[in-house]
Amino acid sequence: MPQFIPNSLRSGPDENGHFGAYGGRFVAETLMPLILEVEKAYEAAKADPSFQAELDYYLEHYVGRPSPLYFAERLTRHFGGAKIYLKRDELNHTGAHKINNCIGQIILAKRMGKTRIIAETGAGQHGVATATVAALFNLPCVVYMGETDMARQAPNVFRMKLLGAEVRGVTSGTATLKDAMNEALRDWVSHVDDTFYIIGTVAGPHPYPAMVRDFQSVIGVETRAQLAKAENGRLPDTLVAAIGGGSNAMGLFHPFLDDASVRMVGVEAAGHGVDTGMHAASLAGGEPGVLHGNRTYLLQDDDGQIIDAHSISAGLDYPGIGPEHAWLHDIKRVEYVSATDDEALEAFQLCAKLEGIIPALEPSHALAHVSRLAPTLPKDHLLVMNMCGRGDKDIFAVAAHLGVTL
Amino acid sequence: MSRISRRFADLREQGRAGLITFLTAGDPDMATFETALAGLPEAGADLIEVGVPFSDPMADGPAIQAAGLRALKSGTKLRHILAAVGRFRRADENTPIILMGYYNPIFHYGIEAFTTDAAEAGVDGLIIVDLPPEESDEFLPSATRAGLELIRLTAPTSDDARLPKVLKGAGGFVYHVAIAGITGTRSASIADVQPVVERIRRHTNLPVAIGFGIRTPDQAAATAAIADAVVVGSALVETVAANLNAEGKAGPGLVAALHAQVAALAAGVRRVARGK
Ligand SMILES: Cc1ncc(COP(=O)(O)O)c(C=O)c1O
Repeated sequence: MPQFIPNSLRSGPDENGHFGAYGGRFVAETLMPLILEVEKAYEAAKADPSFQAELDYYLEHYVGRPSPLYFAERLTRHFGGAKIYLKRDELNHTGAHKINNCIGQIILAKRMGKTRIIAETGAGQHGVATATVAALFNLPCVVYMGETDMARQAPNVFRMKLLGAEVRGVTSGTATLKDAMNEALRDWVSHVDDTFYIIGTVAGPHPYPAMVRDFQSVIGVETRAQLAKAENGRLPDTLVAAIGGGSNAMGLFHPFLDDASVRMVGVEAAGHGVDTGMHAASLAGGEPGVLHGNRTYLLQDDDGQIIDAHSISAGLDYPGIGPEHAWLHDIKRVEYVSATDDEALEAFQLCAKLEGIIPALEPSHALAHVSRLAPTLPKDHLLVMNMCGRGDKDIFAVAAHLGVTL
Repeated sequence: MSRISRRFADLREQGRAGLITFLTAGDPDMATFETALAGLPEAGADLIEVGVPFSDPMADGPAIQAAGLRALKSGTKLRHILAAVGRFRRADENTPIILMGYYNPIFHYGIEAFTTDAAEAGVDGLIIVDLPPEESDEFLPSATRAGLELIRLTAPTSDDARLPKVLKGAGGFVYHVAIAGITGTRSASIADVQPVVERIRRHTNLPVAIGFGIRTPDQAAATAAIADAVVVGSALVETVAANLNAEGKAGPGLVAALHAQVAALAAGVRRVARGK
């Protein structure tokens, strides 16, 4: 029998939430009816024009979309190669791409009649975005955050509290993002009737990876139109984005997956270096496994215990990666590389000085790779990098790394 | 007949429900755990669940999370647990052993290798918390070939539409999770659980065990009136925690305290007569 070859790379996942061997619904039976309910409600919402209309309204008037696609002339000149465009998602309300997804999920929660919102957060960006939309839609909100992360992202903890959310410190396990996600899942099984869990990246059980991707795809859809307008109808030649769980990258890449000429590069966090054991590069340094409801590449030891990730960027500090990325990696449609803490810090400062944009540490990893890639490419090569967050939240951490006391 | 089925047939013969105990393997260290394990049947456990520690136990509350961390800290690996079960099995031919845990350590060990090694060690059944029927096609054939029974979990949220799917391929017994929640937190009232158990029995002839939130001999007795077996976990694991010394190592009375508690729970379960 001839092997089934999909004529589109954008049609996944299958009805069980699988992207190739990855994804799925690996959850306890208590949660199963809930995620099936979310899936059903999301399918119905997708088919309902009033859902899209409400989403579009808030994206335009509240989030501030479309975000500009900006030709970074000085970075381009500095690297001396490809023409560099920045997709300015750091200009969104709350300062990152995270809110694109939160708006979508909270409108869905409201349609489902849910009255309580929970979320996990690492850097605090997804927590802030969730607390923001919960305030907007007048729903009580609990955000789980590892105590280690609360210490290094104190300004975001305060922001969430100002927005009326309750921030619950998580001390279990290693007290970082993966433990916050465990705790949010535990909360969800304990409040099955009234609670909606807003997951912050393209991970978790089906339908979350697909749903979060769909909400973030506005990034790629806008990029396609904006670049065509700026460059005589051309497609980008290369897309570059940072990867924590992979939502900003998937949002940029997904609308281009079937355009064979478009090269895509995801940049994982290499921490102190992929061979030091102190990193967050799940594809480069992990193996397939099952965590948080899906199968994907995970950092784990030889007994299948999950290992802590390490990155200067709390938002990339996750031992897994969204299952669709795992699949795109295996079929080699997207290239995955990594950048270290030091490389990201250097890119962070360069961007501030050359473009007057203080990037978040997450996209600084993407820019670190752009600094390696751009000089090798011809001047008419169009490179788009996702500037997925701004660096206000990071100035204390960066100052500490540079030995500056504020 | 499998060891699990034989045990439930014996219990029916005796006209009573069974007691299933849960302890995390390697908590606080493998030697102490094995001493505790060896004495469980004598103390009154009819079936034994052995918890496989995992770094990210998303269905467990603080007590079993802590037990898992203690076990991992003491160096517990899946192969050590299988070896411990093997030693138990050489001394006890009859008490069913069920491994309970999360999928990743098993998946990482390798499905074929794990099911073969587990069966060889004398494991009878498996409860894999995060492997729902939707995902178990890759696992079930190997388990069945090896003679391992895959025990399914049901929850208060499992309705009539869902139960047939959950129970397809189920073996051994059905483990009903009495509360919508995590281990070691709330207890359900019998009035709430009873109709759900009746619903489950309409879909299966397998014995039904009830767990989550059962802590005392009285609760065990009350549950024994409607279940074929009663599972106690967090309350036992808390006894381990309460009998650690200042360095977190096993205190002198730990194993005796566990066995006394199991004896009291067994007495509770045995107080209640059930029709054959
Ligand atoms: C600005 C920013 N970029 C990226 C990420 C990583 O998430 P993802 O890979 O899902 O985009 C985060 C997470 O907090 C973030 O705050």
